[in-house]
Amino acid sequence: MKKLTTLFAATALATLMAGSAWSKTFVYCSEGSPEGFDPGLYTAGTTFDASAHTVYNRLLEFKKGTTETEPGLAESWTISDDGLEYTFKLRPGVKFQTTEFFTPTRELNADDVIFSLERQWKPDHPWHGYVTGGSWEYFAGMGLPDVLESIEKVDDMTVKIKLKRKEAPFLANLAMPFASIMSKEYADKLQADGKMNQLNQMPLGTGPFAFVGYQQDAVIRYKANPDYWGGKQKIDDLVFSITTDAAVRYQKLQAGECHLMPYPNAADVEAMKADPNLKVMEQAGLNVAYLAYNTTQPPFDKLEVRKALNKAINKQAIVDAVFQGQATTASNPIPPTMWSYDDTIADDTYEPEVAKKMLEDAGVKDLSMKIWAMPVARPYMLNARRTAELMQADFAKIGVKVEIVSYEWAEYLEKSKAKDRDGAVILGWTGDNGDPDNFLDTLLGCDAVGGNNRAQWCNKEFDDLVTKAKEATDVAERTKLYQQAQAVFKREAPWATLDHSLSIVPMRKNVEGFVQSPLGDFAFDGVDIVE
Amino acid sequence: MFRFLLGRLAVLIPTFIGVSIIAFSFIRLLPGDPVALLSGERVMSPERHAEISHQLGFDRPIVVQYLDYLWGVLHGDFGLSIVTKRPVIDQFLELFPATVELSLCAIIFAVVVGIPAGVVAAIKRGSIFDQIIMGTALVGFSMPIFWWGLLLIIVVSGMLQWTPVSGRISLMFFFPSVTGFMLVDSLLSGQEGAFQSAFSHLILPTIVLGTIPLAVIARQTRSAMLEVLSEDYVRTARAKGLPTFRVVGIHALRNAMIPVVTTIGLQIGVMLAGAILTETIFSWPGIGKWMVDSVFRRDYAVIQGGLLIIAGVIMLVNLAVDLLYGLINPRIRH
Repeated sequence: MKKLTTLFAATALATLMAGSAWSKTFVYCSEGSPEGFDPGLYTAGTTFDASAHTVYNRLLEFKKGTTETEPGLAESWTISDDGLEYTFKLRPGVKFQTTEFFTPTRELNADDVIFSLERQWKPDHPWHGYVTGGSWEYFAGMGLPDVLESIEKVDDMTVKIKLKRKEAPFLANLAMPFASIMSKEYADKLQADGKMNQLNQMPLGTGPFAFVGYQQDAVIRYKANPDYWGGKQKIDDLVFSITTDAAVRYQKLQAGECHLMPYPNAADVEAMKADPNLKVMEQAGLNVAYLAYNTTQPPFDKLEVRKALNKAINKQAIVDAVFQGQATTASNPIPPTMWSYDDTIADDTYEPEVAKKMLEDAGVKDLSMKIWAMPVARPYMLNARRTAELMQADFAKIGVKVEIVSYEWAEYLEKSKAKDRDGAVILGWTGDNGDPDNFLDTLLGCDAVGGNNRAQWCNKEFDDLVTKAKEATDVAERTKLYQQAQAVFKREAPWATLDHSLSIVPMRKNVEGFVQSPLGDFAFDGVDIVE
Repeated sequence: MFRFLLGRLAVLIPTFIGVSIIAFSFIRLLPGDPVALLSGERVMSPERHAEISHQLGFDRPIVVQYLDYLWGVLHGDFGLSIVTKRPVIDQFLELFPATVELSLCAIIFAVVVGIPAGVVAAIKRGSIFDQIIMGTALVGFSMPIFWWGLLLIIVVSGMLQWTPVSGRISLMFFFPSVTGFMLVDSLLSGQEGAFQSAFSHLILPTIVLGTIPLAVIARQTRSAMLEVLSEDYVRTARAKGLPTFRVVGIHALRNAMIPVVTTIGLQIGVMLAGAILTETIFSWPGIGKWMVDSVFRRDYAVIQGGLLIIAGVIMLVNLAVDLLYGLINPRIRH
């Protein structure tokens, strides 16, 4: 049998080599159809992969494989001393794509930037409602309509954006897919022709790949953009072969019909790792799952009690049982792929005997508590009930009785916010913009008590650090502040941090240059197929 | 024959109106605000809500709304997709040929294999052939399509690598759609290897989609054959010393075909249901996959319009089968 498989593998390889000899086509077996090709209108990663990460660029980009930003279409920027005025210098000589449906006559300028942002912002903009029923969900969701004061053209290559208040994550927001820069010239032409809808169906931008055609629910074709400001790609054609079933995606990958696939079935990962034709990349996803104590209620207002419980949880057992190993135990409230993550922080060790003694020393006897288990599976927590049962067993070893409670999902989220809520809540978070503020302040800040702050934890030292970091604009300084905040978090233990789930990307062995994104997107610039 | 046709139409029209009422009510009966469902906008100010509500005509009496809807449907207006903003009917026409191509291949496969299998089973009644054929038919009939499709993909495409895993043609080929039928278009494209690629992509989905109709046709053929073979005229033919081939092939088979044609007609409805699963497994861009994708995208306009169009197509196919049946067997016209 082994010989037979080798033979088949060799045949497959030969076919693949023969195939790529006449054109360098990279096939991505994507998991679903895009909702459209205007990234401002949608929120799904599937849509961003097919539009924002292929066809478009933004003023800033996330540096590959990180959540840090780097210059994109904006070559440089300055921020006024009061932190309210951002002046962007655009990269000169950036060409828009030439396609069968449009030939641009000019290069990128300030008008394109203003058009791309204002259409999402101003309700009276002619393009604000160009898609019936479409809405600018991300733009609104990031609070930009309230933050923006004005967007001005200083000269052709300079744009000034004024804010109403300080907003440190603002630059990271501009690197998000919804802030993709479109061609105003193309939009004007479509408007003149009465074909405004086409902007969402035949996208045209400055990105590494130019859109060729979309056959609904089947195939999206792109060509490498020969005029790309970052240089032409090594592959000539990029094809998204839409394959909704994960098992079929795996078979296509095995048969060499595609080079890379997202979201494998957990059960297939071992076999993929064993396949000599494939390689599997994995890294912690941009998420965290936690158990939040109510730090305002006795006995959880006592640090020793929270510390003792943290030492009683066998996290590795949870990761093994619930995630089949496809997660890592978490020691910090932010994931390791996030900038400012402090890897010097030591996690609570699993020592039930010590925990028991700590509890006794704290004078807590016959404790019985509730653990809330979410009713739904989320990427960061595949099975909260199972996790709660494992913790129930762990806590029983130190003499703590646990009752597991659950509610319907919406009710769960609402009820767990209450300040006088009893027990500890299992929950988690997935980051949206790669900024630590999106975790630390959103989930643990004093303002979030009674809301996202399920631990009802308001610590002045922590809150000051996080607020200072939000208002600082220098990344090095913010990093220092966030690392100090993580130390305070660990010392005070408002949560038991549970896990960061892994994101797993299988691909053919001959794929080179693919970099996994901590933000969960799939981008194929820089990818090559080698023989 | 004309009166027969009129009679059939008299049944068809109320049925279609009934289905259209169901499709019309679909959005209004779903939990949630129909305006939000149809526009796809989740967060709306009251003014925006009123505006869209007016655009969609929700502020008029329900009967007027229905008549307006029916009027639109009769003119081929099935609304706009919430997601793509394109007319539902345009998308349908684009995707329908893929489903027709697959269904035709599947039914041909089912007939070409099913009828001879049934005939052999009937002639060799009780033999090992009969048992194998009928046993296989039973398995085929009870096989869940999803499981069967994945099994074939894993063994035939994955392990043996005899056929491609999914899609209609290798992505290396790229040519415009002329007829919508990939077998024809690939020939017209003149690209070397395109037809072979299209053909090899059709093999597995055809087998998967054809399996249940094949099993049903084989069983139906066998029982119809057995009945006919015990008729007096067959015995007479045999007694006259006609060769078995003539007795079975000419005298018996023709008469046994009458119920089989009905079965084949009924299988077309079944196949459209099967196409939904088959197309999803094989990423076959037809209307079955379109409906499934639309459910996942919550594209209610497509689900609503698509259901009505598909129901209409099934009704037309059934009408055609009835007419065909009336031609083969004049007795049922009365």
